[in-house]
Amino acid sequence: MTTQANVDYNVDYNVDYEAVIGLEVHIQLKTRSKMFCSCDREYFDTEPNSHVCAICLGMPGMLPVVNEQAVAYTIMAGLALGCDIPTHSKFDRKNYPYPDLVKGYQISQYDQPFCLGGKLDIEVDGEPRTVHLERIHLEEDTARLLHRDDGAEAYALIDVNRSGSPLMELVTQPDMHSGAEASAFLHKLRRTMRYLQIADADMEKGQLRCDANVSIRPRGQEALGTKVEVKNMNSFRSVQRAIEFEIERQAQVLAEGGRIVQETRGYVDATGVTVSQRSKEEANDYRYFPEPDIPPTVLDEATTQAIRARMPELPDARRARFESEYSLSPDEARTLTDSRERSEDFEAAVRAAGGGLARPVALLFIGEVARHLNELGQEAELSETPVTPAHVAELAGLLERREVTGTTAKEVLAIAFETGEMPAAIVEARGLKAVSDEGAIDEIAARMIEANPKAVEDYRSGKKSAIGFLVGQVMREAKGRADANTVSSLLRKRLDSGS
Amino acid sequence: MAFDPAHLDRTAHEHAAALRAGDYTATALTEATLERLRQQEHLNAYITLTEDLALRQAQEADARLRVGEGGPLTGVPVGVKDLLSTRDVRTTAGSRMLEDFTPVLDCTVVERLNAAGAVTVGKTNLDEFAMGSSTEHSAFGPTRNPWGRDGQGNLDRVPGGSSGGSAATVAARGVPLSLGTDTGGSIRQPAALCGVLGMKPTYGRVSRFGVVAFASSLEQVGPIGRDAEDVADLLQAIAGQDQMDSTTAPVPVPDFKERFARGLDGLRVGVPAEFFGEGLDPAVRQPVEAAIDAMEAQGATIVRDIALPSVRAALPVYYIIAPSEASANLARYDGVKYGFAVTDGLSAEDEMARTRGEGFGAEVKRRVMLGTYALSAGYYDAYYLKAQKVRTVIRGEFEAALEQCDVIVSPTSPNTAFRFAEKLDDPYAMYLNDLYTIPVNIAGNPGLSIPCGFADGLPVGLQLVGRPFEEATLLGVAHAYEAIADWNRQAPPPVGTQG
Ligand SMILES: [Zn+2]
Repeated sequence: MTTQANVDYNVDYNVDYEAVIGLEVHIQLKTRSKMFCSCDREYFDTEPNSHVCAICLGMPGMLPVVNEQAVAYTIMAGLALGCDIPTHSKFDRKNYPYPDLVKGYQISQYDQPFCLGGKLDIEVDGEPRTVHLERIHLEEDTARLLHRDDGAEAYALIDVNRSGSPLMELVTQPDMHSGAEASAFLHKLRRTMRYLQIADADMEKGQLRCDANVSIRPRGQEALGTKVEVKNMNSFRSVQRAIEFEIERQAQVLAEGGRIVQETRGYVDATGVTVSQRSKEEANDYRYFPEPDIPPTVLDEATTQAIRARMPELPDARRARFESEYSLSPDEARTLTDSRERSEDFEAAVRAAGGGLARPVALLFIGEVARHLNELGQEAELSETPVTPAHVAELAGLLERREVTGTTAKEVLAIAFETGEMPAAIVEARGLKAVSDEGAIDEIAARMIEANPKAVEDYRSGKKSAIGFLVGQVMREAKGRADANTVSSLLRKRLDSGS
Repeated sequence: MAFDPAHLDRTAHEHAAALRAGDYTATALTEATLERLRQQEHLNAYITLTEDLALRQAQEADARLRVGEGGPLTGVPVGVKDLLSTRDVRTTAGSRMLEDFTPVLDCTVVERLNAAGAVTVGKTNLDEFAMGSSTEHSAFGPTRNPWGRDGQGNLDRVPGGSSGGSAATVAARGVPLSLGTDTGGSIRQPAALCGVLGMKPTYGRVSRFGVVAFASSLEQVGPIGRDAEDVADLLQAIAGQDQMDSTTAPVPVPDFKERFARGLDGLRVGVPAEFFGEGLDPAVRQPVEAAIDAMEAQGATIVRDIALPSVRAALPVYYIIAPSEASANLARYDGVKYGFAVTDGLSAEDEMARTRGEGFGAEVKRRVMLGTYALSAGYYDAYYLKAQKVRTVIRGEFEAALEQCDVIVSPTSPNTAFRFAEKLDDPYAMYLNDLYTIPVNIAGNPGLSIPCGFADGLPVGLQLVGRPFEEATLLGVAHAYEAIADWNRQAPPPVGTQG
């Protein structure tokens, strides 16, 4: 049933075909309890079947009670993404038999979801693009099947901890045209969810799951080609690679005179290909009907406004504000707003440092602070270290007043990341204060000129760059505690005057 | 102290008075009740007798009574339909599928019954998953109607259904009160056929949490008893909003006996022609008309120009909505998590299919198939959606009619108790039994069946239908009617062990 497509990567099929991609994204909401019962929602790293009750086990007679926090989170996501929030919405039953579905149906939303429309602005290769959304709805997650094979027989165990967890499904319009674009969309979506603090959206942990509808059509053609649903992608990278593979596979099928079959294909991470899983003929009839156990939801304007009022500033707005408020470049602002926590740490440090120090604080965050955090992991934040925004603010002050040199600042920060000591205390205790006494620096400059006649000769014979060597010598002698500009001007004064 | 078994013919409020006066103890009453229920085993009114639990509850009731804390139900024996979840007591729903299923918690109604100090003596028989009108569709054999005897004195008639066990045990003076559930007449029709009172409260008046679900948007738990006061007392104990059931209404619970002093003078009694047409047994019509005349004689105004033209569509509407909801509600019984399971199948799918094939009876399978069909792609609009629209129309007609009158009266059932197997092979003939009760579930209004005479020695019931949440009006009318006609005091011949 599964066939490995034979793709010739040397053929550039995209010359003739344009890919059209839509995504269906499931995001687990970070609520305290499950969607319809009071069980602890967390299932990652939990003892199987430890977070369950009669309701999420689907026992006879049990009834769902809607988790208001999950509804508020979904509406918050909708507001952040510019969706319409209809006054009337409802839950429906989606019927299909599967052992991971404890009630034999999933409570979902069919024709009246909480959020309609909306869009997300992204950037692909420096170009701005807009991805439009169809809708966002709320549903419950299924249990997990753990497949086992002990040699004698193959069987599946069921962990119900995940059953009934709130799951938000977001459907985009077929607005994307490449794997890179889909990946950029998911990155931006995750950042937005994290800003809202409604989801961690970590694909590797299954907190964000994504299916892609991929079709291709001759460039310029309006009608969409036959779409293929691609599943089983477990990272942003695999989404991008799976889509790229699928586009090329379809192009090759068409190039060879074949037809695209409407089907579901699974991505195999190890080989980087998609394989056929099920054709349209086998598709389910979900027999949706309104959930009789949950009255329809009526959202008044006041409720929506109250949710809106709880929303933080979003990445794009914050980036624009950082650029103008702190005179940062677009790249600097983007780096500082990459995560909500980092952007808030930055602003806390700016406030602590007092007026006029935004730029040195920003440069510390973008440079040395980021370097230390990256060593801890891709998504490490300051709160995981002993360093606080107050540390960065104080260090920026020391730099600005030239009480430490740039070289010393790196050393001070390294110590702070080790011990948590405040920068001023570190400088004091270790005698790292910059040498500000010009007489002392001039004395070293004189000695270095004396000791390096070759460099002096080069400089005087017009090779002005030779001064760099002499500055380095002085700096080393001063153990980095001299200000490079001061050193340079003192050296120049001596060399130019011939002494 | 000695307990006179003749006391077992008393009503609940008579017991309550005697218990509070110290005439006998709850323990003595319970022991005698259990003895009588064992003598009446031939009725097959119970699937499970909970003797130990009942005696324990009786002792607790006696402790409360001794310190003067007894309420109207404290120490009073009550039968509980085996569709209501009871903690640590098996709850079968009359199905082989749940033959050995023991819930982990009490349904809200039983919880409230326990809080009131009632003594639950056992789980009463019913049509499988409450689907039926004769209790013949029980995996535990049919219940017998204590009224119906053939020439040899054998009990040869059905008690109605699906709450046949609950009605039969109250009629036979096994217990003064019982709980049933009513989805299309399942309390009122057996109450009528057994010569007792039975009420379906307004949809949303009583919690469904823990009630094994058949058709969620139609069913309510309600009381069965031998006079209006008992029915009011039991309803009082179980009614009211429940945070575990989102479909319970945030409506204050009145004193259900608040209209007992009012009488019938000035009451506007609506008599819709639609409930007296073709299909009504003339022998049933006669006592119903006589009851209406008796009410008029007591000062009631008879309003005959009310119209409920769409109730003729109620039966088809019901047989689309109820099976549709049932098809989803019963999907959870797949042998994977609990209940009956075929474990030697060829595959997981084969085991699930065979579990359902062997675990469910014919009527349940018929309705699951009906519902699955009605919800299928391409049929949804024609069936389910259209049925919901007609439902809205029917609800509107009841609302309009009840502006012209205070209560609507009709026969409860078009016929009296029929013989075993008489309608078993003709589902449509069986469904017609609920012709007058089903519209009330479709509309959601409260309905009460009260005894109003006999036809050929078999009880006839009068149905009273009121405005939403005006159960007190119906109970007031019933109480006033009891003062002028003592049909509710008529007892069937004693049921011996031989039948
Ligand atoms: Zn739970």
